[in-house]
Amino acid sequence: MKKIHSFARFAATSLALGLTLAGHSSVFAQAIFPIDRAAILAGSKFDFKVEFDRVVDAAKTRISINGIDAAKVLGAEPQFIFNEDGKKVSSFVLPGVMLDKPGSYDVVAVSGNARMQVTWEVYATGPRKAKNVILFIGDGMTVANRTAARILSKGIKEGKYLGRLSFDDMSNMALVGTSGVDSIITDSANSMSAYTTGHKTSVNALGVYVSRAKDNLAHPKVETITELIKRKTNMAVGIVSDAEVEDATPAGMVAHTRRRADKDIIAEQLFFSRADVIMGGGSAYFLPQTTPGSKRKDTNNLIDLFKLDDYAFASTDKEMKQAAANPKTRKLLGLFHPENMDGALDRHFLKKGTVPQFPEQPDLADMTRTAIEVLSRNPNGFVLMVEAGLIDKFNHPLDWERSVYDTIMLSNAVQVAKDFAAKNNDTFIMVTPDHTHGASIVGTIDDNKPGTEMRNKVGVYADAGYPNYPKANKDGYPEKVDVSKRLAFFYGNTPDYYETFQPKMNDPFVPAIKLTKDGPYVANPAYKDVPGAVLRTGILPQSADTGTHTADDGVLSAMGPGSERIHGFMDNTEIFRAMADSLGLAANANSTKMVKASKVVKPVTAAK
Amino acid sequence: MTIERREFLLSAAIPLLTFAPFAKAAESLKFAELYKSRTVMGMAFADRTLQLAGKPVDLAGYMAPPLKPEANFFVLTRTPVSVCPFCDSDADWPADIVVVYVKKAGSFLQDGSAVSVSGVLQTGSKTDTDTGFVSQLRIIDAVVKRL
Repeated sequence: MKKIHSFARFAATSLALGLTLAGHSSVFAQAIFPIDRAAILAGSKFDFKVEFDRVVDAAKTRISINGIDAAKVLGAEPQFIFNEDGKKVSSFVLPGVMLDKPGSYDVVAVSGNARMQVTWEVYATGPRKAKNVILFIGDGMTVANRTAARILSKGIKEGKYLGRLSFDDMSNMALVGTSGVDSIITDSANSMSAYTTGHKTSVNALGVYVSRAKDNLAHPKVETITELIKRKTNMAVGIVSDAEVEDATPAGMVAHTRRRADKDIIAEQLFFSRADVIMGGGSAYFLPQTTPGSKRKDTNNLIDLFKLDDYAFASTDKEMKQAAANPKTRKLLGLFHPENMDGALDRHFLKKGTVPQFPEQPDLADMTRTAIEVLSRNPNGFVLMVEAGLIDKFNHPLDWERSVYDTIMLSNAVQVAKDFAAKNNDTFIMVTPDHTHGASIVGTIDDNKPGTEMRNKVGVYADAGYPNYPKANKDGYPEKVDVSKRLAFFYGNTPDYYETFQPKMNDPFVPAIKLTKDGPYVANPAYKDVPGAVLRTGILPQSADTGTHTADDGVLSAMGPGSERIHGFMDNTEIFRAMADSLGLAANANSTKMVKASKVVKPVTAAK
Repeated sequence: MTIERREFLLSAAIPLLTFAPFAKAAESLKFAELYKSRTVMGMAFADRTLQLAGKPVDLAGYMAPPLKPEANFFVLTRTPVSVCPFCDSDADWPADIVVVYVKKAGSFLQDGSAVSVSGVLQTGSKTDTDTGFVSQLRIIDAVVKRL
């Protein structure tokens, strides 16, 4: 459930970009941030940083943009750091700058025989097409999750489905590439950051490029969509998740830190973001450390701060609906669990996990409805991000039934948005995973097949036939998940674990544990004696406690004004561009009218 | 680093001496009974937990790997936590952990063992001065026995 632990083990990797230093040996890499081939929204803010791999003489260093002194282009002198973090390396930083004019920018830094070069593309947008944007993230939602959700929720007969998920019939679709700066495999921080800033970053990072800075908060920042909306427009912003609101995906809407584990700081960044609606789990990071159950390191009570700032506060489904019913409610904080909320299978049917302790958690569809109700009171429109975060939280421990029930829940939440959009057709809706998992449906498992070996009850090809889940209830969920003929849904990239060929009717699955601190993860012996369980030797390193993310493309569905950009293969940074374009966030980039801020750049001729 | 049997006996003798004049058996606590409620707004100590504050108690649980080898405390958990989440932060530990300050620093079992802890119960928020680790419930002057 707590996937970030294993991400924390990833070493910070810095990349040498455009580096041509043959023969020079150094433990420090050189880098320019934003990195080579960065695509930057015209008029969006970013921190410009140049890292040399040695100590340099500022007087003998030349940093130019399209051949012109960078200080002149960016309208301010870069700050020179002689010994960054006490090390024998020098850096130049220019915080909060922007480039207003679209075009190609060659950035060159030269000092002695050290030379670096990167090229940026600055892009404008068309005029505003959408009043509202709703971005749904099915965290870790793999094609198999989507297919299984359609089978369980809608049914299938003689090869044809008896219905579609709400996002199946959207007009546009694309494959999304999710890799990051440091690795082919992303995490949810890295990938969400690409969606919300248009810049690539690295595993564990949010709203920053990963530089060599020691301090998590000192890395070069890039502006988030929330900051852009609040700085440039009068629109409202909403952030909804069933994970902790400080977890990577919702955090990606507002946060700037190299480490997603900085959840107490992210909770503060949520407050300062001025997002109008914030709902999810994770209240432990809002409570002062004097309160048992708090995960803060100070005595700040963030819930009180939000209340002082005129936010309505809700801690249950009922309070949430009451707050939204008040027509004066324009700002809403909803925290429904100290940690991640419980998933649909547990909340609606099994009553496991922490449901007995927290029986009044709202459903993601109701949270979406409430968020839209409150945000749409702003006549200027809104940007809303809704995350079905538990799809990923259950794919990790190979608990496919739970992840699929949450995929059905995502479909219900998207239906709420579609119903809203149908009224005016001025809302751009996207539904996408942020990364994928190694999961596939391979057939069915039929308990009534002869023998005791469970693997021989797996039917493939013609032997698979169809599962016998009961017809879904009015909310789209089959009310029985432990049926006699069920989907054979397996994960490929796993630690050692006991495969039970059955849904986990008690608490969510824990596939592997460590028996000693420095030892390997081994199959959790708690499942060893489940009838039919077999040890399945994993193919992941023994440091992996659960299934892991994959580099497979994600499938994005979209509809509404702006969705015409969604087709073919897209890089995840282009999802930001699609949102910015639909809202016309740099529609006037070629005129001088939008140039207002103090550090605005003087236009530079794009031609070399 | 396992605790030597001789150290065990020695350290076990001290609380006995300390409390000898009023010889009173330590009260036995259970993880499931430490708190009476857990809500979005936090957790509330059980009445008995509050009553036992400042008094000798016994509590069985699992010794999580220490945050730092030189730390003089460890985290006692209800179920085995085989890796310390993040190892440098109190984020993402289970909500009902108990921090145990041992009499002898470094006397840690490194294998996530089930242990019984005897010491004086302390309630209320406290930030460890060396590590910044925040705890709500502690057992101090503790003696640890492997179960």
